[in-house]
Amino acid sequence: MVTAKSPQSAAQVATQPSWLSRTLQDHSRALNASLTQLMRKPIATLLTAFVIGLTLALPAGLDTVLRNLDVVGDSLQGSMRASLFLKDSVDADRAQELSRSLGKRPGVANARYISREQALEEFKQHSGFGEALDLLKDNPLPAVIVVTPDHHAPQAQTSALLKELSNLPEVEQAQLDEKWLQRLYAILDLVQRAVLVIAAALALAVVIVIANTIRLDIERHREEIEVMKLIGAPDGFIRRPFLYTGLGYGLVGALLACAMVAGAGMLLAPPAHELAGLYDAEPALRGLAPEAVLAVFGAALVLGWLGAFWTVSRHLHQIEPD
Amino acid sequence: MADIVFFHRVSQRYGEGPEILREVSFRLGDGEMMFLTGPSGAGKSTLLKLIGLLARPQAGQIAVLGQNIGQIRRSRIPAFRRQIGMIFQNPSLLADRTVFENVALPLVIRGHSGADIGRRVRGALDAVGLLSKEKALPPTLSGGEQQRVGIARAVVAKPKLLLADEPTGNLDPQMAREVMQLFMRFNEVGVSVLVATHALGLIQRLPYRIEHLEHGHIDAIARGDAEAAPAAAQENSLGHG
Repeated sequence: MVTAKSPQSAAQVATQPSWLSRTLQDHSRALNASLTQLMRKPIATLLTAFVIGLTLALPAGLDTVLRNLDVVGDSLQGSMRASLFLKDSVDADRAQELSRSLGKRPGVANARYISREQALEEFKQHSGFGEALDLLKDNPLPAVIVVTPDHHAPQAQTSALLKELSNLPEVEQAQLDEKWLQRLYAILDLVQRAVLVIAAALALAVVIVIANTIRLDIERHREEIEVMKLIGAPDGFIRRPFLYTGLGYGLVGALLACAMVAGAGMLLAPPAHELAGLYDAEPALRGLAPEAVLAVFGAALVLGWLGAFWTVSRHLHQIEPD
Repeated sequence: MADIVFFHRVSQRYGEGPEILREVSFRLGDGEMMFLTGPSGAGKSTLLKLIGLLARPQAGQIAVLGQNIGQIRRSRIPAFRRQIGMIFQNPSLLADRTVFENVALPLVIRGHSGADIGRRVRGALDAVGLLSKEKALPPTLSGGEQQRVGIARAVVAKPKLLLADEPTGNLDPQMAREVMQLFMRFNEVGVSVLVATHALGLIQRLPYRIEHLEHGHIDAIARGDAEAAPAAAQENSLGHG
């Protein structure tokens, strides 16, 4: 038997919560609903997050590689030297004086004079042609001043200095080993821009992946959305759990992306150290920088929200109770 | 008596099909209860959908709760619907939520506190005799119980107007009578009620106004108990549309 009572008496008079507590309550409910939804299908959630993580890991990994190459470049700049081959007319005293004055110039870390005799001796030792060189009547090698630039100085300033030194009257010929370094920097600049383009394309891919996943979630909840609309739920209320779901996918995707880059770094560290050693470069392989980690998380959250907002806004209008 | 629902020469058709409603006119006063009868396909559901803004009128004027619904913007529809409780033959309950959670939905979207929701939901479930089923899932309930959950959800937020479309369609006669008694109780406390039903036998002897809708227009007034019907109800009846 139905025991009918008035709804008015059943519903007690209650104080309405403040705007802030209502907002917090709404967001807490939406977050809870979103988490429940994500946990209800953990495999699907992880697969989606994995795809997002992989997509984010690619630009993050490339950025890490670039940062490391940048460090290698700086390190190689420190080992860059110029060999100033002196004219035969420059005697040893003048050459030594020139070497001392060059060593005191700003932007120069060190200048070392190598006499013709020392040069011949070193060549004999390292070339393996010692006996053949003994047969020569004259020493064919010129005296050399080896100039090491200050590696703290900017690359452009170093290049200018070395060019200036090569024009000194005492210098017959200068050999600068900076060309290939310039090429390396040019390549790095090109790759940096390519990474930006790739990152933009992959960001769009993340938005599409999240939007499509949320679209399927919306379809699964079509009946619930219809009921919500029937009882007067505003679009913002219906949209909110889906936005949290988008943020959730972004967050887990960012975690996976950072883990993937860190894992790849650990795998690549030993050969990278070996390679760096061959080039006299700094051996430590650097992982994701803190600012890069922040950028990955920030981008993932923004893209997750954007993907969710875009697809919910598009599809919510199409669902109406009938 | 102020009008809660006012229809003036409202016509409606879907696509190129025949007219579902033809220049229908009627009023429902504040605090009044009215039955709308007619055979299947007569346009009863369409009329209720127009009141709940589930469809837009193609011609004529409709005012509900003092608002010209032709002028209500899309963004204002949710706020408009929150003033109305709607009940359908299929109660549209969420199968994966408990009875309590289903009934709580209108309060949740209004941002009521947890304690307030608990009080009101239990009050509404008590009113429909389902307090003991608050933790049950809808698929485990009988058709009559599901319908009563739908009624509890419709009234829990104290709407000014209650619309019911064939609410007894799936119920046995005893349960149907009990559901009708529920509507009468809600009406007694001031809720305006409009019930569309083709079960004329169930309502004929009830002391409320009955409008008969057939072939798209209200063409007759059938009074079950004209002497007992409230005078206001008789005043509000416009007869032919």
